[in-house]
Amino acid sequence: MSITSMTLTALCDALKRKELTPLEVVRSYLDRIHQVEGHIGAYISLEGENALLKAEESMDRLPLQGIPVAVKDNICIENRRMTCASRMLEHFVAPYSATAWQRLERAGCILLGKTNMDEFGMGSTTEHSAFHETHNPHDLTRVPGGSSGGSAAAVAAGEAAFALGSDTGGSIRQPAAHCGVVGMKPTYGTVSRYGLTAFASSLEQIGPITRTVADNALALSVMAGCDPRDGTSVAHPGHFSAQLGMDVKGLRIGLPKEMLAGDVAPEIRTAVLEAAKTLEALGAAVVEISMPTVKTALPAYYIISSAEASSNLARFDGVRYGSRAADYADLDEMYVKSRTEGFGEEVKRRILLGTYALSAGYYDAYYKRALQVRTLVIRDFRQAFTQVDCLLSPVTPQTAPKLGELADPVQTYQGDLYTVTANIAGIPALSMPCGRDEKGLPIGLQLMGPAFSEPLLYRIGHALEAALGPVTGEVHL
Amino acid sequence: MAWKMKQGYELVVGLEVHAELATRTKIFCSCPTTFGAVPNTQCCPVCLGYPGALPVLNAEVVHFAAKAGLALGCRIARFSKHDRKNYFYPDLPKAYQISQFDQPLCEGGELLISTAAGEKRIGITRIHIEEDAGKLIHDERGTLLDMNRCGVPLIEIVSEPDIRTPEEADAYLRKLRTVLRYTGVSDCRMQEGSLRCDVNLSIRKPGEAFGTRTEMKNLNSFVSVVKAIEAEYDRQVSAIEAGETILQETRRFDQRSGQTYAMRRKENANDYRYFPEPDLGPVIVTETQLAAWQGELPVLPDARKAAYMAQYGLSAYAAEQIVSERAIAEYFEQAAALSHAPKTVANLLITEVFRLLDGEDAVICISPEDLARLADMTEDGEINNNTAKAAIAGVWQTDETPEDYVNRLGLRQISDAAVLSPLVRQTIEENPKMVAQYYGGKASVKRAIMGAAMRLAAGKANPDMMMRLVDEALDGQENK
Repeated sequence: MSITSMTLTALCDALKRKELTPLEVVRSYLDRIHQVEGHIGAYISLEGENALLKAEESMDRLPLQGIPVAVKDNICIENRRMTCASRMLEHFVAPYSATAWQRLERAGCILLGKTNMDEFGMGSTTEHSAFHETHNPHDLTRVPGGSSGGSAAAVAAGEAAFALGSDTGGSIRQPAAHCGVVGMKPTYGTVSRYGLTAFASSLEQIGPITRTVADNALALSVMAGCDPRDGTSVAHPGHFSAQLGMDVKGLRIGLPKEMLAGDVAPEIRTAVLEAAKTLEALGAAVVEISMPTVKTALPAYYIISSAEASSNLARFDGVRYGSRAADYADLDEMYVKSRTEGFGEEVKRRILLGTYALSAGYYDAYYKRALQVRTLVIRDFRQAFTQVDCLLSPVTPQTAPKLGELADPVQTYQGDLYTVTANIAGIPALSMPCGRDEKGLPIGLQLMGPAFSEPLLYRIGHALEAALGPVTGEVHL
Repeated sequence: MAWKMKQGYELVVGLEVHAELATRTKIFCSCPTTFGAVPNTQCCPVCLGYPGALPVLNAEVVHFAAKAGLALGCRIARFSKHDRKNYFYPDLPKAYQISQFDQPLCEGGELLISTAAGEKRIGITRIHIEEDAGKLIHDERGTLLDMNRCGVPLIEIVSEPDIRTPEEADAYLRKLRTVLRYTGVSDCRMQEGSLRCDVNLSIRKPGEAFGTRTEMKNLNSFVSVVKAIEAEYDRQVSAIEAGETILQETRRFDQRSGQTYAMRRKENANDYRYFPEPDLGPVIVTETQLAAWQGELPVLPDARKAAYMAQYGLSAYAAEQIVSERAIAEYFEQAAALSHAPKTVANLLITEVFRLLDGEDAVICISPEDLARLADMTEDGEINNNTAKAAIAGVWQTDETPEDYVNRLGLRQISDAAVLSPLVRQTIEENPKMVAQYYGGKASVKRAIMGAAMRLAAGKANPDMMMRLVDEALDGQENK
């Protein structure tokens, strides 16, 4: 087995036992990137030789010593470009590092590069990157999903041992599902948002994208932690890997019927129901439950996230940093031209949507209404978790579409139906592979639990992963 | 000259005062708040609004703001929250200001003001917490930005539309400044911009509903507030008399012309799109905190003023003067406690000490013990009032005690008739003309004779004693 197809857990063990050196590991990854990046386009910027230098300086006895990582390009790393895949920040160099990255760096991780994404996290195909497309490693004619498409593709293609994504409405879980890897959107507050370029502050979390469930728990355990620089961060009470290896006997798993009806592709429905049967065979009780507010979560999500985005992205005005239009007659024209030139179409659409939703006379009908829906969704989940330990659903209604296939934004937004609920409710949600469709494309399933139930989700995911065996097949490039 | 209503229109004014809080660090980061630092040296990714940076509330800001609220008689909310006020301007790095919209920290207070027309209570609607913006500097290089002020904590104190004259507005601002300085939550230095005022103004015929109001923003001195109110009142009266309607708009007061001007429509069309700040949790104040903060409040000026009038028999005017600054009130209380002539202490303080004080943060350079001693000496007739004043000035900023000063210069008052009588006789002998005028019916000449006698005594005579001796010498037994 090649170094670049080893799991994070196996790699850590090998490095600890000195069967491998950080330099060997990093060199293997650089070689792999050199070999496949031309086909994938996972990265916006690459560290190259810098990563080798870091590997040479690498210290002993750190939990993730010498582990090469890819970081989504909306997360700040000191003295590195951070573009958010936008023309607006094309030449922006971050003056400080995000807390999540600081924690990984202190644990011994080595940066390989910053990954491609939909501009400012807005999109679900990575086609809204201002720079280039990213190709799905399982089918280069298809998208990797988004917005953390570069991160998911990098992990699937062996271009990083694991990657950081950010998830505002599914942006970790959906590309993980499309690329056949594991992604976690942790409980809101688990990972510090300090240094994550804000899209929708009340919804988003940084999370890991890995090859296995155990890898994911390991990566999250290093990134998580209360941060005095983020007032919304919390001390997570759980030990993420604590329940790995425990069986699922007696656990109650809910299948929300609203998430298995309607638009979901039959092959995906079948794969998820098969996974439910596997869990049953392992001793869990699977029950169908109803979550009537699920459908209303999607419009509420688009209103809340766009409203927050319209405010969060207002700072990109060309005054202090970022791109400024070359010619302007006065201040207003400088704002208008800089933002018109700097932002892509999807970002502009969301800013307009959000500005409208917050405007005098519309606030009550849209934003306030969306907050009320949010309360109902939270109540629905709370109700569900009195009956079951976790919920099982698809991640997406369809497998990865072809590049350029999704043209209609509203149709695209519909694809977020199953993922946005966890962001609206602030609960953890794990996305992991559970099969392949006829075209050989990965199918993902989602496990959602109450706040701080990550250890339980990892336990169920780990048991399922073992029972299902390899489901997505090797990537051939 | 007192302001007067014109054509029967009542003036209706509400004030919004922004006061910078004197916390050591900024509201959402740990950058220092020191005034006057080299531009852009007190900033970090948080107050510069860099991507990914997040605000974390400085607990001291809530403490200070709540103290201001308590001192102004407000209810302090046990639960309040922050909201974003969205607008584009180069001095606002995030393009939104973190403020409080519908759930402010403090509500429902009042401030007692006194003007020549008497005392009046002005309602305080609310006090909320927010962050300051940076500063634009326009010079020959163009427009530059100093971001040091970004994130300096502010409280906005909103009054009820209870103010009816420019004098009341002035008195309100002075009193507010006094109370805030008492609590120590703000320096309230207008010239450093740590106190700024917006004026909301409308006019109406008494008894009618409020008229449409205009707003004048960022007035930076008490004088300009008064002038802006006078000018805008006049403008609104003329406009209404000419049959025009008043538009709800923001107007700019131009100090040079003394007129107000409408700002561009665009600047008026702001929809701030307030929504709850997702990066900050709610502001929770516990009963324990509130009790502790209440306990930290000093005795406030109104209570002190009442005590001085009742305890020491000071006039309302004198008491008001002394309580205007906490340091002066505390100084007075120390000196008054050491003296058996507290009224004289007050008199010397208000006249000579105030004359010698230079600027609002100046230090009194004579100890309360020494001032008390001088008051006692004056009361006991050892020195006269002018000598007491001269002694205060004489020892100001020196180590000498006023008593040593008086002794060294031999300024002790002469109250001995045996010493003074010959001087009176000598005066009368040396000024036959004046004496003749006096007996000729010109009573006022007596003062000149008195003055001449005092000069002979080198100013050291007890003036009451000297006057009595002059009376006796001129008017003889008949006046006795």
